Formats: sequence, C-alpha cells, structure tokens
Amino acid sequence: MQTNNLFKPLVLDIQNLSFAYEKERVLHDVSLKLDLHDFLVVIGPNGGGKSTLIKLILGILRPQEGSIKIFGMAQERGVKNIGYVPQNTNINIDFPIQVIDVVMMGSKTKSTLFFKRSKEETQKALEKLRLVGMESFAQTKIGLLSGGQRQRVMIARALYNEPKLLILDEPTSSIDVTGQKQIYELLKELSKTITIMVVSHDMSIIVEYATKVAHINKKLTFHEIGSLTQNLHMPQTNHFCTVELLEMLGEKK
Amino acid sequence: MIEALSFDFMQNALIAGILVSFISGVIGSLIVSNRMVFLVGGIAHAAYGGIGLAIFFALPMFFGTTLFAVLAALLMAFITLRQREKIDVFIGLIWAVGMAVGIILVDLTPGYNVDLMSYLFGSILAVNREDLLYMGALLGIILAVLFFWYHEILAVSYDGEYASIVGVNVPFFYTLILVLSALSVVVAIKVVGLILVIALLTIPIYIAQNITASLYGMMLASGLIASVFTLSGLWFSYHFDLTSGACIILVSAAGLCLFMGIKRLAR
Repeated sequence: MQTNNLFKPLVLDIQNLSFAYEKERVLHDVSLKLDLHDFLVVIGPNGGGKSTLIKLILGILRPQEGSIKIFGMAQERGVKNIGYVPQNTNINIDFPIQVIDVVMMGSKTKSTLFFKRSKEETQKALEKLRLVGMESFAQTKIGLLSGGQRQRVMIARALYNEPKLLILDEPTSSIDVTGQKQIYELLKELSKTITIMVVSHDMSIIVEYATKVAHINKKLTFHEIGSLTQNLHMPQTNHFCTVELLEMLGEKK
Repeated sequence: MIEALSFDFMQNALIAGILVSFISGVIGSLIVSNRMVFLVGGIAHAAYGGIGLAIFFALPMFFGTTLFAVLAALLMAFITLRQREKIDVFIGLIWAVGMAVGIILVDLTPGYNVDLMSYLFGSILAVNREDLLYMGALLGIILAVLFFWYHEILAVSYDGEYASIVGVNVPFFYTLILVLSALSVVVAIKVVGLILVIALLTIPIYIAQNITASLYGMMLASGLIASVFTLSGLWFSYHFDLTSGACIILVSAAGLCLFMGIKRLAR
C-alpha cells in the first residue's frame, strides 16, 4: 500500500500557469500541488486572480502558458473528478425548478427520453441532499430557499458526480454566521474522504479547518498550515487576528 | 361568433392561434430562462429583411423570413459564444440592418402594393393551409428536440456554466435554441406581427414561471395561457373589426395585470 501511494498521481498539479485577459495579466507563473485529503484555502485580494484560477482548473478559461493536471490526466479528461460550487448561487432564481432537479444537473444525464429521470438518479440525488441536510426540501422550488439553503443544494449538486476534488468559490459570502459554521463543518466532514479547495475571505476557516493555504495576488504563495499555527500564539479564542495572519501569509516566501 | 366558425379562414385562424401559442409557450420559456429576449427581438426585426427579399424575388414569404431569421440567429449565436461583452452592439446592428435591407428591397420592387402592416402587426385571419402545415411541422420539430435533449436543454437554460463543466455541449444547444427561436419568430410574425412578437414570447411565460415548478410545466402552462390570450384576442379582433395582433397583445397585457393583481392580493 505504501509503495502504491508513491505512484498515485497528485489530485491537482498546476505548473507555471499564466493567464491574461486581453492585456491585463491576472496570473503569473502559478504552480500548485494538492494531495489527497488536503483542505486548501485560497485567499488573496479582490482581482488577485482567485476566481480566474478556478475557472482555469474547470476549463471555463484556457491558460496561455503552463499546464494543469487533474489526477494525472489532462484538464479536459480530469475535470469529471471535480465538483464545483460557484460563488453566485442566485443565478436564474426565477427559473421554475425543484431542488432535486438542480442536484441532478451535477452530471451529464444518463436518462434518455423527455423529462423522465431514472430511479437510480433520483435516489442518488436524495442521498446527496441528505448529506447536506436538505432532503426535506427536495420538491421545493429553488427560488424559495434562503441563501444558505441554496448554497447547500449547490454543494449537493457538486457532490452528485462523486467528485474526488471539491472546489468552492466563496461558499459563505451570502450567508449568516450560523450558516457559515454549518457549511464549514460539512466541508470538514467531507474532507475525510475527498480533497477540498475553498476560496474564502474568512480567516477563521484557515485556522480551524485548513491544512494548506495559498495566497494569490497574480503570484501564488503557498503555506503548510501546521507550521504556521505554531508561530502564532492565540490565548483563549481560536480566532486569529486577521491583519496579523494576512501579513504572514502575504509576506512569507 | 358561432356562425363565424363555419368560415374556413376562421377555422384556420383558430388552429393557427393554438399552434403558435404552444410554439411560443415552449420556445418563449427557453428564451426567457436563457435571457435571450433582446436577442430574439433582434432576430424578429432582422426577419423583415427576409420579407423584403421574398417580395423582391417573388419567393414564398416563409422562405424569405426563415432564411433571414435563421441567418441572424446563427450570427447572434456565433457572436455571443465568442464575444459576449459586445453582444448588445451586434444585436442593435443586426436588428437595424435587417429592417433596412427589407425596406430597400421593397422600395426596389416595381409596382409593389402588398399591405406591409400585416407583417408588422400580424394577419391571423389570412392564415392558409400551407401556413398551418409549416406551424405544425415546426411544433413537431420542437417537440422532437425536447424529446431527445430535454435534460441537456434544461441544464443549459438553468446554469450554462455548470452544464459546460459537466460536459454538455453548451455552444451547440445555445445555437439550437436560437435557431428554434428564429423559426418560431417566423410563425409568430404571421399571427401577431414582428413588432409584437416579443410580447407573445414573454407575457405568458412570465405568468407561467410563477405557477409552475419545472421547465416542462412552464412550457405547457405558457402554451395554455398563450392560447387563451390568442383566442380571446381573436374574438375581440373579429367582433370589433380591429387588428388581430394588437388585440392579442392587449388581452395578454390585461391578463398579466390581472395576474399580478391576484398575486399581490394572495400574499
């Protein structure tokens, strides 16, 4: 088993990635490696390239330079192992669709004719909804849910395809503190079996959940969280001083 | 009204009204959820170029309008998929140029004296068997497309970005929806005219969106609501001798107001 691990491809292997919109360079020579069961938090200023990096990993954008390998496969083939939770969960909010049908969009359908769904697909969608605690809302119209509830549904959709890597873009930006905590706990639970990558502004998530931190501002600076936390002394609270932490993450090479 | 039903033209008008209502119910649902209303407005007006073309070369009207509308749709799809940020400019351009081409071609046609108003505001009472055949065939094609690709079209319409991540061919389905919209615009022009086509493609959909919980439910409800509007508009048009397209749109608008009033009271 041990030797086997040596030959296991990395979950995510990004090398020397560069990207520019028109003339404006957003990412410069970015490299990043993710191992199984990593919990990576990506931070950085607005416009620093966080969302661009995600779009490149998902293949929504194509890099000008560098390579992205997902489980050792080229991006196009590897992307099917990724589940994605977008930042904006308010898209098409008037669209008449039930929660369970949204979840089933997590993979290209196997059902063939007209609007019928197979039993297995329905069962799987319900199972994912149970995982995020939204099973009782399966038949509810998506537009009637609160921001936090919709976020959970989007996580269920991302999990529907049985991904090995889950990527979330600002998953807690539109929800209250209790909701945020619940989502983080859910991610912690999920990280036991899959790799998690979260873009977040929320510093407390780094201390409590992350195993790795990446700071992106055109360039990427990478940190193992274990060594970081030792350097900081936190009496009583487990809340970092945001400024102090940001400074460390940004400055350290 | 009953004796009116014995006339051939009235029977044709009724059948056309129902066919076009269901076509616009289904396609309108896709247009609204894909946020293509302005885009399809452009296609509808560009189709006027096809009317000019048909008049100038003495071709069948459906042929000219179909050609222009589909070409406009393909062009719009191409631009949207390449340069989304410039789409507004191109819609305006295609919108205006299509109409200008139509007007010039009509100008150049010697001895032309067809009532142009009927293309701007529709002439449902002048629908013939051939038109009905075209409408029926189009509805058949639309239903066949849905039968095979409902889930893909649903995924693209609800969240195109996610659909592309899971491997749905978004550009193909986006283009398909636009081409079907163009064909629907062509038949809707016959009933309500190209100026009013957008109202028929949006008002029933807005109501249906509020009372259904699935895409196919919205399509079906939109079709039924549009049928009610079209047939009552037709009755007003016949009874008071008014332009049919304008009657249908005003009935639809009144229906929308009524619905919004009820919705507010119900809360």
